[in-house]
Amino acid sequence: MSAGRVTSRADVAVLGVRHHGPGSARAVRAELGRLRPDLVLVEGPPEADALAGLAPELEPPVALLAHVPGGPGRTARAAFWPFAVFSPEWQALLYAAEAGVPARFCDLPAAHSLAEPADDVPDGRDETGRGEHAPGGRGGSGPGGQGDAGPGGDPVGALARAAGYDDPEHWWEDVVEHRGDTPFAVIAEAMAAVRQGYEPGPGEARREAYMRRTVRAALKEGFRRVAVVCGAWHVPALTGPPPPVAADNALLRGLPKVKAELTWVPWTYGRLAARSGYGAGVTSPGWYHHLFAAPDRPVERWLTDAAATLRDEGIAVSSAHVIESVRLAEGLAALRGRPLAGLGEVTEAARAVLCEGDDLAVELIRRRMVVGDRLGRVSDGTPMVPLQRDLRDQQRRLRLKPEALDRELQLDLRKPLDLGRSQLLHRLRLLGVGWGTPEQSRGKGTFRETWTLRWEPQHDLTLVERAALGTTVAAAAAQHASELAAEGTAALADLTALVEHCLLAHLPEALPGVLAALSAKAALDTDVTRLMAALPAMVRALRYGDVRGTSAEGLAAIVESMLDRIRVGLPVAVTGLDDEAATRLLTHIDAVHTAVALLSPPGPEHGTAPADPPATADAPVPPDGAAPPGRAARPGRAAPRGGAAPLDGAVPVEGAGRAAPAAPADAPVPPDGAASPDGLTQGDRRGRLAQGGDLVSADPAGSGGRVVAGEGRRAGAGALGGDGRERWVATLRGLCDRQDLHGLVEGRLTRILLDDGELDDAADRLSRATSRGQGPARVAAWVEGFLSGGGLLLVHDQRLLGLVDRWLTGLTGEEFTQALPLLRRTFAGFAAPERRAIGERVRASGPGGVRAAPRSGGGDLDERRAAGAVATVLAILGRRHD
Amino acid sequence: MTVLRPHAEDQYAEELALLAKDDDRPRPPGWRLSPWAVTRYVLGDGDAISPKYIGPRRVVEVAVATLATDRALLLLGVPGTAKTWLSEHLAAAVSGDSTLLVQGTAGTAEEAVRYGWNYARLLAEGPSVDALTPSPVMRAMAEGRVARVEELTRMPSDVQDALITVLSEKTLPIPELNREVQAERGFNLIATANDRDRGVNELSSALRRRFNTVVLPVPATAEEEVEIVARRVAQLGRALELPETVTGMDEIRRVVTVFRELRAGVTEDGRTTVKSPSGTLSTAEAISVLTNGIALAAHFGDGVLRPSDVAAGIVGAVVQEPVSDRVVWREYLETVVRERGDWRDFYRACREVS
Repeated sequence: MSAGRVTSRADVAVLGVRHHGPGSARAVRAELGRLRPDLVLVEGPPEADALAGLAPELEPPVALLAHVPGGPGRTARAAFWPFAVFSPEWQALLYAAEAGVPARFCDLPAAHSLAEPADDVPDGRDETGRGEHAPGGRGGSGPGGQGDAGPGGDPVGALARAAGYDDPEHWWEDVVEHRGDTPFAVIAEAMAAVRQGYEPGPGEARREAYMRRTVRAALKEGFRRVAVVCGAWHVPALTGPPPPVAADNALLRGLPKVKAELTWVPWTYGRLAARSGYGAGVTSPGWYHHLFAAPDRPVERWLTDAAATLRDEGIAVSSAHVIESVRLAEGLAALRGRPLAGLGEVTEAARAVLCEGDDLAVELIRRRMVVGDRLGRVSDGTPMVPLQRDLRDQQRRLRLKPEALDRELQLDLRKPLDLGRSQLLHRLRLLGVGWGTPEQSRGKGTFRETWTLRWEPQHDLTLVERAALGTTVAAAAAQHASELAAEGTAALADLTALVEHCLLAHLPEALPGVLAALSAKAALDTDVTRLMAALPAMVRALRYGDVRGTSAEGLAAIVESMLDRIRVGLPVAVTGLDDEAATRLLTHIDAVHTAVALLSPPGPEHGTAPADPPATADAPVPPDGAAPPGRAARPGRAAPRGGAAPLDGAVPVEGAGRAAPAAPADAPVPPDGAASPDGLTQGDRRGRLAQGGDLVSADPAGSGGRVVAGEGRRAGAGALGGDGRERWVATLRGLCDRQDLHGLVEGRLTRILLDDGELDDAADRLSRATSRGQGPARVAAWVEGFLSGGGLLLVHDQRLLGLVDRWLTGLTGEEFTQALPLLRRTFAGFAAPERRAIGERVRASGPGGVRAAPRSGGGDLDERRAAGAVATVLAILGRRHD
Repeated sequence: MTVLRPHAEDQYAEELALLAKDDDRPRPPGWRLSPWAVTRYVLGDGDAISPKYIGPRRVVEVAVATLATDRALLLLGVPGTAKTWLSEHLAAAVSGDSTLLVQGTAGTAEEAVRYGWNYARLLAEGPSVDALTPSPVMRAMAEGRVARVEELTRMPSDVQDALITVLSEKTLPIPELNREVQAERGFNLIATANDRDRGVNELSSALRRRFNTVVLPVPATAEEEVEIVARRVAQLGRALELPETVTGMDEIRRVVTVFRELRAGVTEDGRTTVKSPSGTLSTAEAISVLTNGIALAAHFGDGVLRPSDVAAGIVGAVVQEPVSDRVVWREYLETVVRERGDWRDFYRACREVS
């Protein structure tokens, strides 16, 4: 191939290649063997000259990584130059090592390219050199690809169009890669023609000037035969009439400079493919690998391999299939006028014949073969990766030393240092580096964390493996989380856990992707119970994010849409349940109900208005008045439950807390509510407080409570939580009226709605549900559902006890006999002291029934005097006071 | 021409003649046009040749290359993806004859694939070639043309399997006469099947192996689909002589958007995922919803196509399976339609009918 030698000076051969082009790689190897140069120059950062000799010890794909050490946190800059076995540059390096001649890099030093402004060199992106895999085809070759593309931005495109091709990639493959030998001279001529009259941009001009300077220096050093392997686009710059040395020097003078360090890192074909987000621009590394590695008959071999891949997955594919697919591929190539079937043709042939039109099987081939899952390896002598370095820096900064022994660590997240430690540990865990193990003992509030630390040698290995994910722990963890979410195999529960993890590890940049995946998963999940199981964790994440000062943007919207889906799906899910399923579903309904109560718009920014000092007697009232429906609106119930039943204690607390954010959301004048849209007057509120007082003193609260709840609901509407909650309660309400529910579910729903003040005919329902028309098992289930929550509630909830009491005393003798075993069954589940307390309570209330309990205070509560106490209570609840 | 629907080779005779005149590329034996010209006939050239199939080029190329490599072609796809349409035009372009058609139904007998007997002659003359009634497949073999089998999977399995010999040996034995019909060069077979009810009569793997499978996709972009729908709705309106109505592009776009989003399971902006109903929601159904809405607006409305005219049709098309589809539809209505500010009237109309 004598024409392949392109020289401008007698002893410099410039081999123009297409980065990651297998045909070019093969041709370079052959050409170098023929030229026998005494120096090989390769496009790449010259700081890596010392690393070039490591090439034979490495297993491609690997990448040269240049980074600025000690960069501030996540803004550390880095660039990658990936090499695959089919990269011409890699073959050049290998040749040099085997022939025992030196190999050097001749591109602009990374010290300069990394010093470019940040928007030109995005973090962790491969934009230097290898970004262009067709020479100049991807907007040229400058770092950041700034404005150095050819005419019309795409020289190869221009050539391809001239040859009548729509797709420049196809054209390049047809005329160069598939030929087996690369006509270097022809390429150089074509490039010279394309570059006619083209003025390179400043970045590209500097790079080419540096290449020329390197060549000159090499010749001055006394090398006789120099081979330069670079992108074809640059060939005319090196072979054409050279500009004066002074001009080159002027170009290279005074460039910004940073300290750059270089090393080899393992790379993967998946990362090499453009779709992984690193713009290396090779969409089919597996195919190129095949083209490079296959000795002959690439199409036949490829389709045979594809058949083997499908067989591995249990898809029956015969040799006859392979024969027909080869014929189709060749027929297609002929129809399209291509000299040899390319990836497009073999993929179509595999789709139509091997996969019988099944896109899943095609995707399998694409993932396994076209992209491939090959992972490179670096040798022991390779310098440390930036991820390790970043971790070491952080360890020093956070005063955490890696030790091989178990050590317990208590963190108080309110302190910045501890928060930083916690975030680092969480991030490492996300990366699979289990340095710290979180301990479960979390009794001391959400701001405490306990970890056990222990450093193992394999953590270093994991870090090296993860090096390609990013240069800092935070960036790598975020990338990893995004990839996990994008995998598509993750279950709904995994994704919700991942969201929590991202919040804990403070990875806001990964959250949108994870949330999008979660939202997609939630939408497709037909099993409403899984959605219901996932919701509480999301609500927790929503709130916990607030505690940590991270804002989980978008989370609220997802929670709301999940709630919407649950609301739509629940009516179908409650039909036809057996006992076990009903119990399970009930747990979910309860969990969702509790979670819905926690729903509230983000707190801190709303927290100020209600915190106004109570200037008037009315001041403490609004939280109740403005509270969305339910428990908060009826403090009478909240108080005894909160006090007596610790298990449920959280509910009233949250309910009251929710009032705070809800208030500003619904009115410009929340503190005293006089101008609220729904026209609450002072009298109303006074009356409501009086109701509250009544409830505290055990008033069964008939219609009064109902009105309060109704108004409260209207007041809360508009705020996200209130709205979502209102619709949720409406769904339950609709369910409750259905005839075909499982007794347990219906009983529990009746109770939930009763607690929320939604039902004014609870007594009728109780009586109806336990009447003779119902089967005994159903009645038992109903009562069990209705009274679930333990005996303590009956002791303290006067209204409930009154309801049950009135029902019992209203039964005829015969009916009572029937009901007795059912009641015994339910009451037997209560602890003995609870049962005794219930009995005492009933006895104390006398023959007139429970509702005769004495009132204390009644309507004439002195709000001014109560204000202090109420404010204190609210402060204890941790919601209002600063 | 008074026929309701002329054959493709008649309707587009001029275009076929034009292509044949300029076609200097090699033609496979028995073909009227070169594969390149067939592709051009189907996809159009933006000039004298009108596009028959609007969709990815590769689909047509693979189909034509399959026929050229002498393999039978199986067109798969959900209903309404122009399978029959494409097979008719391919047959018309390759053999100049799209009438050699076997319609697959549950009641299709083996005679429809092989041959039958004219019993009067059979009784009078005994078994003879003259007493034989050839099937379309047999005629296609004898004349070297393309035969078409519609809805292959709806045929009983034993009838399907009668095709195996035809496709592998390219011969059809007639044991009664102790002779056979061997396929002339140019013979091939295009079958269509609906992959939604693939389970009806699943092809035996022996038969499946004789086919190259091409799956026809649903339109790739909203614009493409709106274009197909708008064009067909206008054509149908003219053919049915519906009174003139004001059909806003907005309404067409909306119907297409709803269909696309439910079909794809994700909203057009890619931000919300939705469930897909059990129905196919093909382009053809979108066309029929709109045609129906236009008829409603023309005869009972004020002559302007309004959301209420299409709402009932949409709900009917989406909710095929009363329980689960209704959930899907309500979810879509509440999470997607309700949120769109300019879809208020449509939301209300849908709420009214569902």
